[in-house]
Amino acid sequence: MAKKVFPFFAFLIVLALVITACGGAQTPTASGETSTEGQPVQQTVEVIKTVEVVKTVVVTVESQAAAPALPAPPAGYGATLKTVQERGQLICGVNSQVPGFGYVDSAGAFSGFDVDYCRALAAAIFGDPAKIEFRPVTGSERFTALQSGEIDILSRNTTWTLVRDTELGGNFVHTTFYDGQGMMVPADSGLTTLEDLNGGTICVQTGTTTELNLADQMAARGLEYTPAVYQDADGTFAAYAEGRCDAVTTDKSGLVARRAVLPDPENHVIMDVTMSKEPLGPMVRHGDDQWFDIAQWTVFALFTAEEYGITSSNVDQVRAETTNPEVRRLLGLEGDLGLKLGLSNDWAYNIIKLVGNYAEVYDRNLGPNTPTYIPRGLNSLYTDGGILYAPPFR
Amino acid sequence: MAALSRPTLPPPTERFTLLGWLQKNLFNSWYNALLSVLTVVFIYWIIRGLLVWATSVAEWQVVAANLRLFLVGQYPVDELWRVWICLYVLAFISGASYGLWSRGVGAFGIALLAGPLFLSALPFTLNLRLLMIGIAVTGFFGWLLAMRLPALFRTPVTWSWVLYMVFVILMVRGFTPAGGFLPVVPSNLWGGLLLTFLLTVIGIVFSFPIGVALALGRRSNLPIMRYSSIAFIELVRGVPLITVLFMAQLMLPLFLPAGVTIDRVLRAMVGITLFSAAYLAENVRGGLQSIPKGQEEAALALGLNGFQRMALIILPQALRAIIPILVGQFIALFKDTTLVAIVGLFDLLGIAKTVLAQPEFIGRQAEVLAFVSLLYFMFSYVISYISRRIEVAQGVGER
Repeated sequence: MAKKVFPFFAFLIVLALVITACGGAQTPTASGETSTEGQPVQQTVEVIKTVEVVKTVVVTVESQAAAPALPAPPAGYGATLKTVQERGQLICGVNSQVPGFGYVDSAGAFSGFDVDYCRALAAAIFGDPAKIEFRPVTGSERFTALQSGEIDILSRNTTWTLVRDTELGGNFVHTTFYDGQGMMVPADSGLTTLEDLNGGTICVQTGTTTELNLADQMAARGLEYTPAVYQDADGTFAAYAEGRCDAVTTDKSGLVARRAVLPDPENHVIMDVTMSKEPLGPMVRHGDDQWFDIAQWTVFALFTAEEYGITSSNVDQVRAETTNPEVRRLLGLEGDLGLKLGLSNDWAYNIIKLVGNYAEVYDRNLGPNTPTYIPRGLNSLYTDGGILYAPPFR
Repeated sequence: MAALSRPTLPPPTERFTLLGWLQKNLFNSWYNALLSVLTVVFIYWIIRGLLVWATSVAEWQVVAANLRLFLVGQYPVDELWRVWICLYVLAFISGASYGLWSRGVGAFGIALLAGPLFLSALPFTLNLRLLMIGIAVTGFFGWLLAMRLPALFRTPVTWSWVLYMVFVILMVRGFTPAGGFLPVVPSNLWGGLLLTFLLTVIGIVFSFPIGVALALGRRSNLPIMRYSSIAFIELVRGVPLITVLFMAQLMLPLFLPAGVTIDRVLRAMVGITLFSAAYLAENVRGGLQSIPKGQEEAALALGLNGFQRMALIILPQALRAIIPILVGQFIALFKDTTLVAIVGLFDLLGIAKTVLAQPEFIGRQAEVLAFVSLLYFMFSYVISYISRRIEVAQGVGER
């Protein structure tokens, strides 16, 4: 009998360990939430919120008469915003390996174009761009992370395609950056068209739309090539720099940024071919239209602010002086546009004041004074020859 | 006086001379001479290339500017003192252990002391260099103190290592709300070497008891125990670690009820621990099988019960026999933690990847990866050195 006691004892040890492991799981989240509550600054924010709630009540009373005519909102409507507000933090899935779009700077803070969009969204919701947790996600896990609710929004240079918009259970918010796939070759190679690359080796990052586009384009032209695939962008460009392939392909934004830091940038040219449309934008889960609207109009607020020349430095002055009705609606001086989104009325003011308008965000990360300069091109306002166009704020 | 009548032997003629040594060991035949020359040329060529690259081609600003990221990731600057306290306590316990066990001055002790002193000579900020010197002094003080203590103190020092693990986790994570003495630092801010260490240490500390329990379960006569142990071991050994991590990071949230979230670092820790436990179980089982049946029978004859036989007779011998295998596994575990970089955690390798994306440092792969590899090598070597000392102390391979 004694012989059988020991395995049972061992089983008890395992059981105890499993239980302690599960018990430990609860504590971090619980105390993590308490820790964000206690600060005096955040209490002030809550006071402001209470005022807003009073406003909301007034509006609800007004719309009560028309309410029976409206259909009930579908299940899941408003759930994301509620979760985010209760958590006190937005969880944003970002890239941590793309210069200019998403990376951690030397001070340990996330930076980049896609990262600043998350900050704008946090500013719209909380009036505080710091109430955000950045979750670095890799190319292969990003959609699962969004579906499973690990992240509230994906802002990670993701190309808008039909399959991703449908099968992957996501909705693409308005495009924030129009990109297109290009091809870079050494200048002395004399290659100018895709046909010249027949039979050559092309470096490409695997698991991206880039790899599929390349295959489509070459097949359409009946060209043979050897793809040299790499897991990440660093490896792909390192291989190209070492001459292991004749050409390298990725989005043009990536090519420009990467060419700047090659040992001999002047010896490399980007071919005059655009192999794809790459509209890059944030993505949200299916099933919560309110959250989609918030994410969407955050993009439009950035565009519109640039259109009317409102920047983070002059927004207070504009708010005090402006007579333009659309600007007054945008900044929450007239109407209740913010409340319709489920936010406070000064949501767009907060975005502009705390993060800036589209041009400011762009120049901070991809402007002429950065090592990752990309000319604005298509990403200019429609008034400047680009295709950025926001619907009216009314 | 019979001994004196023997003829006195001449003194040995072979004295140590450099030339003689060279001839005997490197040039004793034409092909050995050729091999020696080729190898020396090859080594010279490699080392020269490395030195030239490290001193004139490489641009080490990327490492200097991001040193904090490499060591602690995004850990808040205001709370860094906690990590320093952990390091000081570590230096003291290490010094004391070295003094108690090795009882003297050895090359390894000097190397331990020289590490922080060397770092303090590098062009970091003055504050950092003073803190480094402080670590060396603390370690030396621990050693000095331990040299005066009797060997009796080995038991409390061993326990202090166990307590140290708990202490580190409490210090790093904190337990009071914001504004308190030790505000909680959420685990998504842990990173760099700190995260790598925590993952490794937690993995080792927890996988060891689980692994031993699984090994015993597999040898048990109780069918449920035996078959569930076998199922767990074979299942976990049959899948790659990366899939376990992917399951933990991505699939688990789909199964959990809405609103329930488990800390990501904790998920990685559990994944690594369970994975390592399955391998450890098989290693321990190998050790158990190497113990002759006579040992068990002798213990039985002495009237020991099942638990006593296992805990006092069989396990100590089995574990002693597999120390080298265990250490090999722990070193592998240390390096396997790099896989968490793929699921988006910023361990040492993960943080290196994001540093490479900083616009001002794009294209500095060689420097960053060389620095990270050096860190991995240093710590793996320390683990393996300590294991050799334990083997010597336990007399493995001698008796």
